[in-house]
Amino acid sequence: MTTLIIISVLPIVLLYLGLYKAQKALLPVTIVGMLIALAAAVMQWNTNAQPIYNGMMLFDNFSVVFSVGSIVSTILILMLSKGYFEKISSHIAEYYAIILFSLAGIIVMVSFHNLTMLFVGIEIMSVSLYILAGIRKNDFASNEAALKYFLMGAFSTGFLLFGITLIYGSTGSFDLDVIRDWVVTHPKSHDALFYTGILLIIVGLCFKVGAAPFHFWTPDVYEGAPALITAFMSTVVKAAGFAAFYRLFSVSFSTVSSFWSPVILVITIATLFIGNITALYQQSFKRMLAFSSISHAGYLLFAIVALGAASANSIFVYATAYSIASIIAFGALVLVRQQTGTDNFEGFNGLARKNPFLAFALTISMLSLAGIPLTAGFIGKFFMFSGALLQYKYLMVIIAVINAIISIFYYFRVIIAMYFRSAERTEVLVPAYYKFVFGFSVLVTIAIGIYPELISRLI
Amino acid sequence: MTVSILLFLPILAALAVLLFKNEVAKHVAMFFAIAELALALYFLNGFVADASLQYSIDVPWIKQFGIYFKAGIDGISMVMVLLTTVLVPLIILTTYEHQYKNAKAFYALILFMQAGLLTVFTAFDGFLFYVGWEAALIPIYFICALWGGENRIRVNIKFFIYTFAGSLFMLVAIIYLYLQTPTKDYDLEHFYALSLDAKQQSWVFLAFFLAFAIKMPIFPFHTWQPDTYTEAPTAGTMMLSGIMLKMGIYGVIRWLIPNAPVGFLTWGNIAIILSVIGIIYASIIAFKQTDGKRLVAYSSIAHVGLIAAGIFAWNIYGVQGAMIQMVSHGINVVGMFFIWDIISRRLNTRDIDKLGGIAKVAPNFAIAFLIIVLGTVALPLTNGFVGEFLLLRGVFGWSIPTAAIAGTTIILGAVYMLRMYKNVMQGELNELTATFTDIKGSEKLALGIICALIIVIGVYPQPLLHISEASVTNLLETVSHKFITTKF
Repeated sequence: MTTLIIISVLPIVLLYLGLYKAQKALLPVTIVGMLIALAAAVMQWNTNAQPIYNGMMLFDNFSVVFSVGSIVSTILILMLSKGYFEKISSHIAEYYAIILFSLAGIIVMVSFHNLTMLFVGIEIMSVSLYILAGIRKNDFASNEAALKYFLMGAFSTGFLLFGITLIYGSTGSFDLDVIRDWVVTHPKSHDALFYTGILLIIVGLCFKVGAAPFHFWTPDVYEGAPALITAFMSTVVKAAGFAAFYRLFSVSFSTVSSFWSPVILVITIATLFIGNITALYQQSFKRMLAFSSISHAGYLLFAIVALGAASANSIFVYATAYSIASIIAFGALVLVRQQTGTDNFEGFNGLARKNPFLAFALTISMLSLAGIPLTAGFIGKFFMFSGALLQYKYLMVIIAVINAIISIFYYFRVIIAMYFRSAERTEVLVPAYYKFVFGFSVLVTIAIGIYPELISRLI
Repeated sequence: MTVSILLFLPILAALAVLLFKNEVAKHVAMFFAIAELALALYFLNGFVADASLQYSIDVPWIKQFGIYFKAGIDGISMVMVLLTTVLVPLIILTTYEHQYKNAKAFYALILFMQAGLLTVFTAFDGFLFYVGWEAALIPIYFICALWGGENRIRVNIKFFIYTFAGSLFMLVAIIYLYLQTPTKDYDLEHFYALSLDAKQQSWVFLAFFLAFAIKMPIFPFHTWQPDTYTEAPTAGTMMLSGIMLKMGIYGVIRWLIPNAPVGFLTWGNIAIILSVIGIIYASIIAFKQTDGKRLVAYSSIAHVGLIAAGIFAWNIYGVQGAMIQMVSHGINVVGMFFIWDIISRRLNTRDIDKLGGIAKVAPNFAIAFLIIVLGTVALPLTNGFVGEFLLLRGVFGWSIPTAAIAGTTIILGAVYMLRMYKNVMQGELNELTATFTDIKGSEKLALGIICALIIVIGVYPQPLLHISEASVTNLLETVSHKFITTKF
C-alpha cells in the first residue's frame, strides 16, 4: 500500500515542481521517489499478506513482483526520456506526472482483489494514456492516436464494465474469492448471465493487452504516440494487463476453464498469426515493434490458456524479458530517429560501424525478442512452451513454433541493416543515461538467459 | 578435472581476443586454440576407452525445471572433441594469409562457436544440448554474413531460418521427452530409460530428424547448403562443413535413434533412401559444377549422405564407420576448401575451366592437392578409405542393393574429383595460371598437417576406432533392448 501511496503523491509533487519552474529537479526527484516506492514494494515481499480494505486490495507476492517489474521498467523509460520530452513540449512536469499517474493505476491493476478495483485501476491507467498518446498537441498523428485510443478504449471499457455487472448479477459479489466460491458451489449451473459476463470481460481485457481481433488500435496508436510513450504502453502497460488478466482468471474462473479456454485459444492463435505476418510487411521499425508486440501478446496468452502452477512465473519472466528488450529497441529508435529523421529500417543501415555498442545492445534485444538461447526471451518462450505441452496443447505449440520462425525475418532485418548494409552516416551520440540503460538491460537480458532462477521462482 | 574447463576456455578466449588489437588477434586466437587442443589431448591421455562417462560434471542449473548442467565425455564424445579441437587451430592457421576487417571480432566469433560445438558434443542434458546447438549457430551466422561474398545477406538469412526452424521442432521434442520422464528432468539417461509407445516415438523421431536432416544436410533439406558454403568466407565454410554439420550426424547417433528406436524402425527406411538419393543427386550436380568451391560443397553433401546411410543402417560397422568418417571428412573438406581458398586468393577465380597446368609452377601445392583429392575419393591407405569401407559394409548389412547404389559414391566421387584435379593442375599453363606461386609459410604448414593426418589415419586407424568402439557397442545394445520392450 505504501508503494501505491508514494506513486500517487509523487506526481503531485512533480506538478508543483513544474509550477515553480524547477525543471532540472524533475528527473532526480522522480527517480528518487520511485526508488523509495520500489523499496516499499520489496518490503512487502513474503509478508503473507491478506486482502485489506474489506477485500479490495491484496498485496501478495504476485502483486509485489509485478509492481517491482513495472516500477523498474518505468524508471528505465524515464531515464531514456532525459532530454527527450523537452524537444516535444514545454510542459515537462506533466509528462512525468501523467506517466506516474498511469503507473499508480497499474499498481492497482496488479493488486486488485475486487472487480471494482480492477476497473478503477484500468481507468486510472487508461485515462492517463489517452492524454499521453496525444501529448504532441500540434502533431496530426499524435492527435489521431489519442482519439483512436480514447474511442476504442472507452468502447472496450464498456464491455469490461458490462461483463463485471453481469458477473455481479449472477454471483452477488465483486470480490474475487466470493466469485470463486460461487463458481465452486454452483458447478452445474448454466447461468447464461455468468458466462456472458466472462466473455465480455475477455473482450475488454483482450482489448487492453492488444490481442487480436481487438488489436486494431495498436499499430496506429503506437506509431502516432511519441516513441517513449509507445515504449511505456507496449511494455509496462501490457505486462500489467496480463497480470490483471491472469489474476482474475486464475483466482475466480479457473474451475470453469473448460468454458473460456477454447475462446482464448482461438484468440491466441489469431493474435500470433496476425501480429507476425503483419509485422513482416512493415517498412517502419516502430510499426514493426507495434505488430511484434501483438504477437508477443499471443505468446503471453499461452500462460492463460494453459493455466497451471507455473503460469504466474511464466508471465512474469516473459513480460520482463519482453519489456527489457523492447526498452532497448525503443531507446535505440529514439537515438537513430534523432539523427536520421526516419523510423524506417534504412535508418539503421551501417549503424554497427559507427556505434558498435548501440548496435550490439540492439542485436541482443532483437535476439531476445526472437527467442534465441542464452537471452531472456528464449527462457520466456521455453517456459510458455513447457507449460502448454504440459497441458497437451500440442497444436498450439506447433503454431507458436511456426510463428517464432516467421518472426526471425523481421527481427533480423534490423540486425542485417546495422551490420551488413552500409550507408554514409556519422556517429550517433549516445548520452550517458542511455548508455546506462542499454548496459543494464543487456546485462539483465543475458543474466536471465543464463540463469533464469534469478526471477523465475519469485511468485 | 571436468569437461567444464573444456567448454568455458573458448568463451574466455573469445573475450580475451576482443581485448587485443586487430593485428595480433589471430595469434591470440591461435594460442588459445592450441591450449584447447592441449587440454583435449590431456583428456585423451587419461581417457579409458570403455562406455563410461568420464570427466563428467552434473550440477543443478535451473532446478525448478529439472535442468542440470550435465556434460561428460564418453568414446563418441571424445572423437568429436578431438575433431573440433584439432580442426579449430588448423582453420585459424589457414586464415593467416587473410587480412580480415575487424579481425578480433572474427576470431572471437570462431572461438565462441567452438564453445557451442563442444557443448553439443559433450552435453548429456537435453536443455544444455539445445543451448549449445543454438549457441553454435549465432556466431557462424555472423561470420558468414559479415565476411561473406556478395549474396551473403539473402543466403544467410535462408540458412539461419532453415536451421532455426529445424531446431525449434527439436526443442519441442526435447520438452516432450522431459514431460514423460517420471523424475521430470532433462537427463539423457532418463530419456533413454523412457518407454514410449510406437506412436509417440514416431513423432519424437520426426521432430529430431528434421533438425538433424537440415543440419547435415540430407536430401531434400540441403537447399541452403551450397549457397551458404559458396558465399561464406573460407574459414566459415570450413567451420560449417568440417565441424558444424557433424552436429547433425552426432545428434542422430546420440539423440535421435536411442530416444526413438521404434520411430526409427518406422521411418528409418525412408531416411536411408533419402540419404542414398542425396549421394547420387549431389554427385551428379557436383559433376556439372565449374565453380570449385561449389563443387566441393556438393561433394560434401554426397559424402554426408553416405555417412547418414551408414548410421541409419544401425550396426557396428555403419556407426563406427560414421565415427571415423566424420573425422576424415572434417580433415579432407577443410583441406579441399583451403586448396580453393589458395587458388582464388592468388588468381581471383574459382572457375575450373579457366585454370590448368598449375602443377608445373607449384609442385608442393600439387602434391598436397593430390593427397587431399585421394583422401576424398577414398583411395586405400588414405583416411577416406577406412571410413567409406566401414560405412559401405554397414549399409551392406542392411540391404545389398542399397549398398551397391551407395557404393557408386566412390566411383562418382573419383570421377568429379579427378576431373577437377586434372583441369586445374594438369594440361597447359595459360596466362592466368602462369602467375601462380607455390605455397609457403603458414600455407605449407597447414597443408602439411592435413596431408599427414590423411595418411596417418589411413594407414593406422585402429587407435581412433578404439576410442569410440565400446560406447558405440553400448549404444547399439541400449537400442536393441528398447526394440524388445516397446509396446506397439
